[in-house]
Amino acid sequence: MSKERIKISEDLYDIMPSDYQDLVKSATYGKEDRGWKDIGNSKELIEQHSLCAGCPESMAFRYILASLPNPEDTVMVGSTGCTSLVFPMVAVHNIHSLFGNQNAIASGLKRALSVRFPGRTKDVVVLAGDGATVDIGLDMTLQAWFRQEKFTTICFDNELYANTGGQESGLMQKGFVAKMAPVGKLFDKVRLPEIARESGCHYVVQCTVSKPSLIEKVVRNAVMIAREIGPTYLQLYTPCILEIGKNSMEGLQEMRDSEKPTERFAYKEYISEPAKQLLAEVAAKDKEKKAAAKQLASQGA
Amino acid sequence: MADTHSVIGTKNKKGQTFTDTWKMMNEAPRTPSFYTGSEVIKEALRRASCDVMIAYPITPQSEAAALIGELFAEGYIGDYFRGESEFAVMSQCAGAAFGGARVFTTTAGPGTMRAMENFPMWSGARLPIQMIVTCRGINSPLSIQPDTLEIAYLLNTGMLVWHAETAQDFFDWILKGYMVSEEPDVHLPLALCCDGFFVTHTKDVVNLTPADMCLPPYDPYRSPVPCMDMECPPVRMMRDPFIMKSNYISYATHASWQQEVWAAVERSRKHTIKWLNGLIETENTDAEVIIVASGTAVSQGREAIRLLEDEGIRCGLVKIKVLRPWPGEEIREATKNAKHIIVPEFNVTGWLAKEIKATIPNSERVNAGPRVCGGMTMPPEIIVSEIKTLLGMRTMSLAGRGS
Repeated sequence: MSKERIKISEDLYDIMPSDYQDLVKSATYGKEDRGWKDIGNSKELIEQHSLCAGCPESMAFRYILASLPNPEDTVMVGSTGCTSLVFPMVAVHNIHSLFGNQNAIASGLKRALSVRFPGRTKDVVVLAGDGATVDIGLDMTLQAWFRQEKFTTICFDNELYANTGGQESGLMQKGFVAKMAPVGKLFDKVRLPEIARESGCHYVVQCTVSKPSLIEKVVRNAVMIAREIGPTYLQLYTPCILEIGKNSMEGLQEMRDSEKPTERFAYKEYISEPAKQLLAEVAAKDKEKKAAAKQLASQGA
Repeated sequence: MADTHSVIGTKNKKGQTFTDTWKMMNEAPRTPSFYTGSEVIKEALRRASCDVMIAYPITPQSEAAALIGELFAEGYIGDYFRGESEFAVMSQCAGAAFGGARVFTTTAGPGTMRAMENFPMWSGARLPIQMIVTCRGINSPLSIQPDTLEIAYLLNTGMLVWHAETAQDFFDWILKGYMVSEEPDVHLPLALCCDGFFVTHTKDVVNLTPADMCLPPYDPYRSPVPCMDMECPPVRMMRDPFIMKSNYISYATHASWQQEVWAAVERSRKHTIKWLNGLIETENTDAEVIIVASGTAVSQGREAIRLLEDEGIRCGLVKIKVLRPWPGEEIREATKNAKHIIVPEFNVTGWLAKEIKATIPNSERVNAGPRVCGGMTMPPEIIVSEIKTLLGMRTMSLAGRGS
């Protein structure tokens, strides 16, 4: 989709909703170096949300949407859970169909878009909670990776079923007492990042969303690698402050505490050889561009 | 966005000519060919301009699903792969249809049941996917034999449900099915059912349309809901997601959308009548006894009618082609003179007889049977015997009945 397509007919301008007018005037569609710094200066691709005050998931959503390299040609796939409360307010096409089938939907979608738009870039990004990704949808999560489907899977890991009221999930820590784990969870947190690597993902990152610049980097990498090479996986800690007994302003600190080198959300990254090569090529091109711009600037001066 | 010029008369990459479907189906020359039902599905797909087909093995549809893979290898299908389960396959089909593709899949019995959560979602999302259902037993202990019980579960999903009797029905209805499904005022998935093995694995003479003609491609921008391809402006769909709201406007939204889906099923009626020449077919409806059936039971009914004719008993026939939308008015009209309405079925519960009873006046006229299930065949003699008993005539005892 080019930005032309969202332009409003002059005759209809005044009757369009203001958030759509803003989208046309000041969204970052088509901006090549878009990123988290645009938040606050431009129309965000998320209008508003009905998540809890201070929910780290809402921060993650904003950073991801600000960082997608190609939102004007990106389709997102969600699943049931807290994320499905946000998606209706997101200004890229997105699909919610059932609980847990997000990677199957994305497989069909990506293939359909490839058949319909040969030679054009259409990115597909899955964004779902840990229940959807690891429990009910694990089969379809893994099978999409085995098949080397070319899309990005992002898991919002809040270590429980938040939307249904805090039940045990596969990504919950061992020993945590929750609904449906009345004596504490009896088995370890599922090691999905390792499983993702073994299942054929070319780029796997586990981190928290405490640093927007980091989220920008990993989202861009994940989408570029998925577009060119194969499946990528991001597991982002977005603690459910409500269910772990924290206050609205404590989400950020919770993430900072959990990402220390000895903690369970210490930064973890895997990049396959072809993906490393691609990232190097992208970095080289960026460098060239910057050098050219600098030269141009100095000539101008 | 969609091309505004017509593609009719132009060629696809396989050299087939995109042809006006009405002309292709009703005016183009036909070639008689001796094929199994599975091969007929392949031949229909060769002409269907299908973008994506997703396959999964389950008897008795595996052969058809694999044959379509051969079509993909030959370049007739945009993309094709094996999914990991029927639940996943039906979601993959949904993803492809959300992305604007013409989608095809096949399933059977336990696979239909496993995938069931997807079907109301397909209808609610207005995805015109076509799914062939080659019916087989869904009971335990495990059975792979023909049995139509799974159709009963599909009737309330909001899908269009058609029930083919023969391989010829199958060939024509696969192609015509897309024309009905993809109408902007319908835009719903179609479950095109047949009785497994009886239709899929037997050979029959089928009149095929020319292989160098194919359907016009699907135009996703005729959909009543936006195609999820970022080719039209993405706007906020709603201020608050209705799932979380326990208030009147939320209930009213859900209720009106469900009503709209079922209204779309109703709106398919006029298109279906045009393409299938009616939702039912009738013979001798002035007779006192009428057999009303769908699928293979119609063929067995025809045989029974022939046997009864030899004995001087006149019997009419109603072949129900379409189960959703339900041809209630047509059945009422066709059975208005009947004293006895015989409903032979290949399932244990007799869902078709229940539907008919709920449709016609004086429903005590409906004889819910004979019924066979678990893969048993239905010899025409048991239909004959049932009818003669109803007429108060003596019947020969049937083998195995012990009477």
